[in-house]
Amino acid sequence: MSSEATHIQQQTLTVPHETHVEIHHDHHHETFLTKYVFSQDHKTIAKQFLITGMFWALIGGLFSVIFRLQLGFPEAKFPWMEILLGEWAKGGQLQAEAYYALVTMHGTVLVFFVLTAGLSGTFANFLIPLQVGARDMASPFLNMLSYWFFFTASIVMLSSLFVQTGPFSGGWTAYPPLSALGEASPGSKVGMDLWLISMSLFVVSSLLGGLNYIATILNMRTKGMSMTRLPLTIWALFFTAVLGVLSFPVLFSGFILLIFDRHFGTSFYLSDIYINGQALPNEGGSAILYQHLFWFLGHPEVYIILLPAMGMASEILSVNSRKPIFGYMAMVGSLFAITILAFLVWAHHMFVTGLNPFLGAFFVLLTLLIAVPSAIKVFNWLTTLWKGNIRFTPGMLFAMGFVSLFISGGLTGIFLGNSSLDIHLHDTYFVVAHFHIVMGVASMFGMFAGIYHWYPKMYSRYLNNTLGYIHFWVTMIGAYLIFWPMHYEGLAGMPRRYYKFDIWESFKHFGTLNQFISIVSIIVFLAQILFLVNFFYSIWKGRKVTTQNPWGANTLEWTTPITPGHGNWSGEIPEVHRWAYDYGKDGKEFITQVTPVDDSESKH
Amino acid sequence: MSESSKKMHPHKFTLWIAIGSITMMFAGFTSAYIVKSNQAGWQPVQMPKIFFLSTVLILASSLTIYLAQKAMAAREMAKYRTLISTTALLGLAFVVTQFLGFSELWQQKITFKESVAGSFFYIITGVHALHVIGGVIALIVLFARMYSSKTKFYSTAPVETAGLYWHFVDILWIYLFVFFLLVS
Repeated sequence: MSSEATHIQQQTLTVPHETHVEIHHDHHHETFLTKYVFSQDHKTIAKQFLITGMFWALIGGLFSVIFRLQLGFPEAKFPWMEILLGEWAKGGQLQAEAYYALVTMHGTVLVFFVLTAGLSGTFANFLIPLQVGARDMASPFLNMLSYWFFFTASIVMLSSLFVQTGPFSGGWTAYPPLSALGEASPGSKVGMDLWLISMSLFVVSSLLGGLNYIATILNMRTKGMSMTRLPLTIWALFFTAVLGVLSFPVLFSGFILLIFDRHFGTSFYLSDIYINGQALPNEGGSAILYQHLFWFLGHPEVYIILLPAMGMASEILSVNSRKPIFGYMAMVGSLFAITILAFLVWAHHMFVTGLNPFLGAFFVLLTLLIAVPSAIKVFNWLTTLWKGNIRFTPGMLFAMGFVSLFISGGLTGIFLGNSSLDIHLHDTYFVVAHFHIVMGVASMFGMFAGIYHWYPKMYSRYLNNTLGYIHFWVTMIGAYLIFWPMHYEGLAGMPRRYYKFDIWESFKHFGTLNQFISIVSIIVFLAQILFLVNFFYSIWKGRKVTTQNPWGANTLEWTTPITPGHGNWSGEIPEVHRWAYDYGKDGKEFITQVTPVDDSESKH
Repeated sequence: MSESSKKMHPHKFTLWIAIGSITMMFAGFTSAYIVKSNQAGWQPVQMPKIFFLSTVLILASSLTIYLAQKAMAAREMAKYRTLISTTALLGLAFVVTQFLGFSELWQQKITFKESVAGSFFYIITGVHALHVIGGVIALIVLFARMYSSKTKFYSTAPVETAGLYWHFVDILWIYLFVFFLLVS
């Protein structure tokens, strides 16, 4: 192992040495364009992903506020909404078509653009080279391309919001026939074409990024950084990339078939369809086929979103408890188990689509098996906190919030994983509550934890703590107030995706509860604006970082200069002598990874 | 990690991961085909005869690129140039025979509108042909680079990487060919 590491070290040193020279002698050659726009520096690309993701989070969040207003106050009129949305909100009332478009865009944007690109794109880019001890990614150029494909995807998706027939409105999963037939709904016309183009570009972006992340983690580790000395963030980002590289191409094949169904008259997904009383010629297709291809990505996708949050929470919990992570190898093993199982459970999204019930039984078993690695992780996080010397920084609070949400949301997953219970629970607000808590909000918390924790490394300044605490508590309490009641609504059978409920006698009594949820969601949205203000204010005006290692953390990124240049370390890349979690060992508060092992040290 | 991966060129390494990714795409396609072929009303497509010639062409091209790698390692540049261009030509010939096969099928009324099995067949083999075209472009770039650069260039890494990709699209074709013969 050590000879191999030496070799890698030599290999990585040759290129970076030139980079190093460049920093000192060719400083004036860096123009604004190469430094901030078409940058190949992984740190800048990470910030580009983050800020683009934040832009989308704002749009996607605003959409949810608008459709929550409709759900909470179906009779009310909001004149400002007509100013903002025009025809979509005629007379200040959200139109049904617009409601579906907003719900669809909220899902697409949050799942792919915010929680995939904004979360994994940001932190994979930022942390992988810094924490494995590399000057940059394996291919900085592909890395830059990855961002610009995402950027182009963003522009195309954004433009779909402004076409006359509106953006796609058939749900974020884009099931045919709504997604395959332009005549099916206004949103199925050009909006859907733009959706497909944008998502195809997005898949390319993810693949380019993922290839790079894997190659960097396996090939570019510094001397002494064996795989078992990697911080858990890197392990999590590694498995995330593996999931993406293996599952996005399957979605892509599904998209190719969908494009042919839309434009070239094939019948992969279409059969026996009538529109406005007219029979379509398509025969022999199956809409279920698309669902198989979609969910073969779709399920790994939830782990693509969740694993980076898990990795960052592990790191942040350990640093701020001043204790080693409990059960490092169990953490790696459970990440691995989740990655394998992620590929074997997709059909649990399809229990009620006409899937063979016998087949369903296997998917129930495999789905419930995920509870085992998940429980191992939760146990290890709690035991890491146990009797720790906890520092309640905003980053730490968000990491603990993540654990809380992961437990609450994970428990309802056990209900939904049962195909028999799913007959009652599918397509109700119970599902909405489950996946928002366990995947959506929990991953957002992981992302916030990461931003608060690594902000000093990103911008050499701190975020404002007071605003951070307000942001945390409002979001934490708000998230439970929004999604907890939805479980009851779902158990009572209230279906998701409906435009209004006040015409059903059985759901009328949820009227005030829906109002309550809507009001809380507006408050939580405002708290996120507060975070954005904090973020951009602190870039220029935040408290300056004065020490290299403000959190007293062990990992390599804190051995770089306070403001690292392109190439990260100004001298040679440091050598690693130990794992990343020597906290509170032999009476020392922390021992960084670059500290050589002392003979008198106790073994861990 | 094994001895071989230690010495692997980073581009080649990244290509291996990309190969895994492309494999998953075709796994998606072919499993969709299997699922559909078990449903009622499925009418399989007869493989066009010319596709047997395609198979011979792409197998031959794998041999020539293998010999090209050897020639490069032995620095027999004239031989290398001939072999590389032969490989590219064989690749192009492969794509041409594919399209001849497509038009043969199309004339038998196996169109997008008429036949689901035919649509699958066109798209799966068509996407594979696109990957072959990508390989041909890579070979042309390799070839052009020998004349454009002023310094003599003897690294075997680019041709090895291109060779790996070429063998991959070859094996992928063999898989698809056998797949369509068996499942139909």
